[in-house]
Amino acid sequence: MGVEFLYPEYEVIRSTDRCIACRVCERQCANEVHSYSAERGAMISDESKCVNCQRCVSLCPTRALKIVRSDCVLKANANWSNDTIREIYKQANSGGVLLSSMGNPKSMPVYWDRILINASQVTNPPIDPLREPMETRVFLGKKPDRMTRSPDGRLVCDLPPQLELSMPVMFSAMSYGSISYNAHASLARAATELGTYYNTGEGGLHEDFYKYGAHTVVQVASGRFGVHEDYLEAGAAIEIKMGQGAKPGIGGHLPGTKIVGDVSRTRMIPEGSDAISPAPHHDIYSIEDLRQLVYSLKEATEYKKPIIVKVAAVHNIAAIASGIARSGADIIAIDGFRGGTGAAPTRIRDNVGIPIELALASVDRRLRDEGIRNNVSLVVGGSVRSSADVVKAVALGADACYVATAAVLALGCHLCRTCQTGKCNWGIATQRPDLVKRLNPDIGSERLVNLMTAWRREIMELMGGMGINSIEALRGNRLMLRGVGLNEKELEILGISHAGE
Amino acid sequence: MTCVRAENLSYRELNEVIRNTAGPCSIEGCRGQRFIAAGMSEGEITIHGVPGNALGAYLNGAGVTVLGNAQDAVGDTMNAGRIIVHGNIGDAAGYAMRGGCIYVRGNAGYRAGIHMKAYREKIPKLIIGGSAGSFLGEYQAGGIIAVLGLGNAGGRIVGNFPCTGMHGGKLFLRSDASDVEFPKTVVARRANEEDLAELRQVLLDYCAVFGYDIEELLNAPFTVVSPDEGNQYRQMYVAN
Repeated sequence: MGVEFLYPEYEVIRSTDRCIACRVCERQCANEVHSYSAERGAMISDESKCVNCQRCVSLCPTRALKIVRSDCVLKANANWSNDTIREIYKQANSGGVLLSSMGNPKSMPVYWDRILINASQVTNPPIDPLREPMETRVFLGKKPDRMTRSPDGRLVCDLPPQLELSMPVMFSAMSYGSISYNAHASLARAATELGTYYNTGEGGLHEDFYKYGAHTVVQVASGRFGVHEDYLEAGAAIEIKMGQGAKPGIGGHLPGTKIVGDVSRTRMIPEGSDAISPAPHHDIYSIEDLRQLVYSLKEATEYKKPIIVKVAAVHNIAAIASGIARSGADIIAIDGFRGGTGAAPTRIRDNVGIPIELALASVDRRLRDEGIRNNVSLVVGGSVRSSADVVKAVALGADACYVATAAVLALGCHLCRTCQTGKCNWGIATQRPDLVKRLNPDIGSERLVNLMTAWRREIMELMGGMGINSIEALRGNRLMLRGVGLNEKELEILGISHAGE
Repeated sequence: MTCVRAENLSYRELNEVIRNTAGPCSIEGCRGQRFIAAGMSEGEITIHGVPGNALGAYLNGAGVTVLGNAQDAVGDTMNAGRIIVHGNIGDAAGYAMRGGCIYVRGNAGYRAGIHMKAYREKIPKLIIGGSAGSFLGEYQAGGIIAVLGLGNAGGRIVGNFPCTGMHGGKLFLRSDASDVEFPKTVVARRANEEDLAELRQVLLDYCAVFGYDIEELLNAPFTVVSPDEGNQYRQMYVAN
């Protein structure tokens, strides 16, 4: 106390008129905010433990609760914000590196919100997606540069391996360990029903989920957790994780205390052993080395599966992507600086990397300029929040998008950004059995299917409005985009005109 | 024994031939083809000549014998099986291997045994007959690495910075290691009876393969290195 004291960030407001002391809030809060005082015959709260996940608010049968941000703040200062000062206090108290969860919450430019989509008027009439055929399917993988014919004149049709997506969205990597069994079950089932893919992250593939392998992307990261021949064979594609938008350039460290039971089995390391993913792959120092890992995976799976190389969007991303496109990879996934995470050092998350919109536009241009765009498909993630973001990404050159934060929101996440505690009251970012069971995979997968079905309908509406009936005809079609409030350099990088031009 | 002439085969063609060969197989005239036996679960492959990088990557039970030198990334992420190299091997041998064994008669390059793991009954073994380069056993998380320093007449048998980031497993050096500097996060000590009994079990197969006398091998000072449980990186973070 005293100099170490931090005033609680939130206040628990309980309407005593409405509260019936049913103690639901107490049972629902893994942070132990609520308790019943027999002495006072009423519920009381310790708001210092509250993370504002809104679980109690959502389950209170009489709507007696609300959580508000405390107005007990320090003297206003535009330079030294309240949050900045609190961070100083936390570090002075502990000597620790600040650790945060989920994506960068700072007010950095969101280019999606500065880009507007075209629609047809008078000429090239719009299409009504309810009554006319609309194609949202995409195929990810290398496309041949030219048609070839066999000596007897027949077309040679043996394409390199492709992923077929019913719509240009996949669920991006979240490991079993960072999220729960039921969260993985929901994603796997939804991906299967939707005809798209989910991604194991670097935590291995639980034995129960091998049956969803045809809709699973299995990841190979620097720690190689859970990677073995059956795992590689199980997936529809293999993703080499070089980096992640939320924490470019650093590795991961899942403490031994979280390596228990099934998580240990799936990662194939002993219980209680730290799971360290080193920052680099220690056998990759060049594009040639990357090529070696790509081809070792192709050899191990007999060239039947596309290989994805995932990198964080960083300053030199266009040159990096050009190298990856020449490494033999089939798909490049680029993760922008607003991407989510189960845990990342705050300073890395909030200060490293670049926006995905700019990275995507410059990579697509670079690959086209070099004549190698069809060597690879491009998948982008790092805060794709809506169907409109998807449409804008495709028009900027993406073949498909990766979403994860949107997916966990559909599963019940309230973005309280405390995943690292492992006490997720919504049963997502936790391994505690009593919390995990709160997420019902029947409901979870249905909600994911609902979300993606809605997005697909909206994508078709937006396409129809532009007079485009196939998503592939929208890819890289920058004429369908205009910028608002962007400077010339930004417009140049995005390759779009300003609204009104 | 099926004999495969490898001179004019690409690595893809060579692997296809091996995969389609039932029973033991001998590769003649190997000329640096990469990824030989990648992911293979069965078979016994003998290689004459020099295999290229990533020999036995993701190996899942097959046996590979190289009657000469091998290059980088031998046994990358291997899960089971046995790789025997009668000569020297390059860098990053046994990267993230989880099971099986790699026996090398000669020397190993940099980063041998990096991020080697263990899991349940799987305890991988990397045994290097000669000396090892720098960063030996970096990030080691499990399994057993042994460097024997044979033919090294009193010189240093390991390069700089061994065991950096080690957080599991055991590493044996057939040396008193007085000339080796270890990081603060590991404990290096003289092997005791129990360690030597464990090592004996590990080395029996190695001796049988290369024709060494186990008693002679064990008749030397051994240093055993393991993580210092009380001195790992912990509580570096504060929730924000």
